[in-house]
Amino acid sequence: MAAVKETVDRVKAIDVDAYKYGFVTDIESEKAPKGLNEDIVRFISAKKNEPEWMTEWRLDAYRRWLTMDEPTWARVEYPKIDFQDLYYYAAPKSMAGPKSLDEVDPELLRTYEKLGIPLREQEILAGVQNSRVAVDAVFDSVSVATTFRAELAKAGVIFCPISEAVHSHPELVKKYLGSVVPVTDNYYATLNSAVFSDGSFVYIPPGVRCPMELSTYFRINERNTGQFERTLIIADAGSYVSYLEGCTAPQRDENQLHAAVVELIAHEDAEIKYSTVQNWFPGDAEGKGGIYNFVTKRGDCRGDRSKISWTQVETGSAITWKYPSCILRGDESRGEFYSIAISNGRQQVDSGTKMIHLGKNTTSRIISKGISAGRSNNTYRGQVSAHRKATGARNFTNCDSLLIGHDCGAHTVPYIESKNASAVFEHEATTSKISEDQLFYCTQRGLSEEEATALIVNGFVRDVLQQLPMEFAVEAQKLIAISLEGSVG
Amino acid sequence: MLEVKNLHVSVGGRKILDGLNLTVKDGEVAAIMGPNGTGKSTLSYVIAGREDYEVEEGEVLLDGVNILEMDATERANAGVFLAFQYPLEIPGVATMTFLKAALNAQARAKGQGELQTPEFMKKVREAAQKLGVAQDMLKRPLNVGFSGGEKKRMEILQMALLQPKIGILDETDSGLDIDALRIVADGVNALRAQDRSFLVITHYQRLLDYIKPDTVHVMARGKIARTGGPELALELEKSGYAAFTGEAA
Amino acid sequence: MNKPILQRARTEAETALIERFDQGDRRLVGATDLRAAAMQRFADAGLPNRRVEAWHYTDLRGAMRTAALARAPDTATLPLARQCLAKPLAQTNAHRFVIFNGAYNEELSSDGAPPAGVTVSSLASALAVGDADVLDVLKADTPGTGDAIVALNTALMQDGVVIRVAPGAKVERPLAILNLMTGGFAQAAFLRSILIVGAGASIMLDEATAVCMPDATQANEALTVVVGDGARVDYAAQVAEQGANSVALHSLFVTMGANAQFNGFCLVPTAGLVRRQIFARLEGEHSTISLGGLSLLRGKEHSDTTLVIDHAVPNCVSREFFRHILDHEATGVFQGKVVVRQHAQKTDGGMKSQALVLGEDASMNNKPELEIFADDVVCGHGATVGQLDKNQIFYLQARGLSRGEAESLLLEAFANEALDLVADEAVRARFAGQTDDWLAHRSGR
Repeated sequence: MAAVKETVDRVKAIDVDAYKYGFVTDIESEKAPKGLNEDIVRFISAKKNEPEWMTEWRLDAYRRWLTMDEPTWARVEYPKIDFQDLYYYAAPKSMAGPKSLDEVDPELLRTYEKLGIPLREQEILAGVQNSRVAVDAVFDSVSVATTFRAELAKAGVIFCPISEAVHSHPELVKKYLGSVVPVTDNYYATLNSAVFSDGSFVYIPPGVRCPMELSTYFRINERNTGQFERTLIIADAGSYVSYLEGCTAPQRDENQLHAAVVELIAHEDAEIKYSTVQNWFPGDAEGKGGIYNFVTKRGDCRGDRSKISWTQVETGSAITWKYPSCILRGDESRGEFYSIAISNGRQQVDSGTKMIHLGKNTTSRIISKGISAGRSNNTYRGQVSAHRKATGARNFTNCDSLLIGHDCGAHTVPYIESKNASAVFEHEATTSKISEDQLFYCTQRGLSEEEATALIVNGFVRDVLQQLPMEFAVEAQKLIAISLEGSVG
Repeated sequence: MLEVKNLHVSVGGRKILDGLNLTVKDGEVAAIMGPNGTGKSTLSYVIAGREDYEVEEGEVLLDGVNILEMDATERANAGVFLAFQYPLEIPGVATMTFLKAALNAQARAKGQGELQTPEFMKKVREAAQKLGVAQDMLKRPLNVGFSGGEKKRMEILQMALLQPKIGILDETDSGLDIDALRIVADGVNALRAQDRSFLVITHYQRLLDYIKPDTVHVMARGKIARTGGPELALELEKSGYAAFTGEAA
Repeated sequence: MNKPILQRARTEAETALIERFDQGDRRLVGATDLRAAAMQRFADAGLPNRRVEAWHYTDLRGAMRTAALARAPDTATLPLARQCLAKPLAQTNAHRFVIFNGAYNEELSSDGAPPAGVTVSSLASALAVGDADVLDVLKADTPGTGDAIVALNTALMQDGVVIRVAPGAKVERPLAILNLMTGGFAQAAFLRSILIVGAGASIMLDEATAVCMPDATQANEALTVVVGDGARVDYAAQVAEQGANSVALHSLFVTMGANAQFNGFCLVPTAGLVRRQIFARLEGEHSTISLGGLSLLRGKEHSDTTLVIDHAVPNCVSREFFRHILDHEATGVFQGKVVVRQHAQKTDGGMKSQALVLGEDASMNNKPELEIFADDVVCGHGATVGQLDKNQIFYLQARGLSRGEAESLLLEAFANEALDLVADEAVRARFAGQTDDWLAHRSGR
């Protein structure tokens, strides 16, 4: 089969050049000393000028972390991480806390421009009027800029770095931080609780429909630096918000750790839509370098009729360990998970979701599309459970995997648990390769094999792409093509 | 035979039938016509006793007895037969097994003994032949993999075997080509009798070319808007339902 | 951050099992090294519990607090065993081998020679003479070797039947292996049987486990089936007459040559705790394995089917179809893993698990897994959990059936679709009869 031969050749030819965000920003930065101990935790807390209660919260997490073990149940393999060989805090030196964009280091602004993320509102305004997105840009450990804050404030929406929220809205932070992902939830979440440096904080007041998309853009720049951001989004009764998250990192030979925690809370009749395009550096073709993406994301549908929807396009990272989940606590609440996970080279993906049905007549929907190429391994791991009181729980799950090339693996590990006689769960999963018939049909109509494959893959992931906000969808589509470059024959 | 008095029905808080009155006499074939979404199917389900419909007010009398108190089984045994618009597929239950279960249930309800197998087989075969239902279909699971026309013929076959007092045909013509329509209509016409009435629910006049109604009711917004003879159906064919829905023609 | 691994305290049952082995039981004949190594594996692992991934939904350590004793064969209970054997546990025309209270019993087994092409010996006698074929089978490293229950079986196996089918033999008369226990008190049995089917041969094997006086019995059985090239094996198993506090563990190992066929089905119509695990490996191309099962559970019964299908070579087909009907507080578990190795191209794998949950407090756990390393494959699985379809019930009621009749008919249909997989008509009829009994009990008929 010529196609297969070609695929193998192309996979072999994969080069670091394929990652277009691999540049390094040459910027002076201030770092905490390497390693982790109580002093480092205090150092981070002091850097953020945090109140006592926050420092104590971190220290408590740190002490608990010491008693925990790294999880080993996921289908991922990596050398043991030396947590003492990492920097836990890095900030661009110029960033003591800029009051406006004018104070932001032009080098940083250029970085975000290069990444296609404009931080100047006028630049955004100069673009298409309707596609305004407010951005919180996080560079290593600090938030460098948050746009459109004034306009959002008019609507009552709070959108700011979480380090700032600790000062400006301590009552909200105290009430909600750690209320969805408890401090001791898992090894990485506990670590994050101890050392998180920055991230976004969003509060949408009752009845408010957030006037624009909110977004955070994460960038890891420093060498040997872990990024531990924390995002907290609260949608009060009857409100709505759509939130986008993007991430990139430079190409480095060594692995970098990213252990974020995202907590979402949706009150009665509120809706949160959270979209991610994750494009951390995946490492080179031989598996050298790349980000370890060990992330805990969880949403709590706390109120009746609330809704949380996760959409993710995962193309980056050397290792992905990530299960954006929904706790369906409120009656008639709804959780959704739409995922495209593409792995190539030596990437390892272990991702999926949990839908925990607690309230009555709760519904959930899972659509997962995994594409494995190169020598990667791609696992869907998910859990759907209905508890005794969750009468009328409904779930539909569809997990499809596509294999491109025969050195990769695609795995499906769903846990489906019903403890309720009125629950209805449907699960279906398939694994296949691109059909020769479809390829032939397309090539017979004049498409090249590569175009045909891209077309078919795009069709394969269509259900999920449709869930993304328009601008993101276009971006994601391009990203998919780039990620599969050289793997399709 | 059948009297529907001031029937008010809602589903999930939404009012569907709004004080509907209707009388079908012994041996009468009454057609109910009307635009989509006006409650025709709801009426058929409420008469047959499907759950999830909230009857707020009114009565449905079969030979003077209010059947609204009965469950679906009791109504079927009392002589109500609904030919479903979308007959259910029941995997794993052979059509023959199903037919026998239904016939025996109704025989028991009438205090009659169960049919002997040879007698039963003979009855089914005869009825099947008249409706052009192939013998191998009877061995297959009920309605599974049947075409639209086959499913509708199977409904009429059941009606022929169960010999109800009133047969309600819910959009039985939908999805049928002209030949299938004729077979189904012939099947219904063969069952017309002094002590059997029919309620023929349809959107189009076409079916009424084959099953000639005695009366035609036009249903709109949850009640009977007009009643007339067969000529009313022809009139509707020309002018449409606009006059009844309140929309400009 | 290196913490010492805490040594877990052994439970009473674990200690008793280990001691029994250490004290030496003269009934544990032969395979000394094999037994010792297996016991060590068990001692290291202990009884499976929720922390063991493959036992996530069946906590055996919690369910099996004490270890029952193996019972010495006696003649006094033979009449009881005969009564028990009169029940429909296998095809009436089958040549049956009976293991009674842990030992192969010739008296209770069928008279006369087994069908032509079939040779039989007891496991104990095979081990006593160091039968090379048998030792090879026991030593083989199969996907289930690491399982603690399998290790326990290997360490403590008392007896079983070793059946060899000569190449090319088309054995018309079915064979049956019946494991009978007197019961009446807590009693254990560790049995291991082996069926080696030569190239091009075909055979039908029935297997049943029954307890004459249902009680808190503990059975740990294993069956290894080696299907030669071009051979065909039909296998039907059932669990029958177990006490509410019984534990019935069964491990089935299937290895298949090329162009071979294996059709297996198991009926679990009532039980205390049942765990049936299947480890199948396709080692020759163009082979087909089909596995099915029907579990009908009520009360606090618990039935777990866990299987691993290992596609080690290209061009094979695997099909799994399992159904559960769960009443009252019963628990159903289905875990199925299909592994497709890197070179196993053109694998066609399909797995389905469907459950009807009738009881308010019944629960169903599904874990259908795919582990795929070859790209040119078609694999899929489906798992559904739900109730009877309200619309179907209404349709049947509208034709005059009572609600109870409608439910029974739909349940029977649901069960029958699973039973359709049983190729042998006599077995299917027997299973259908048992299903009817179960449904009749449910509807109070």
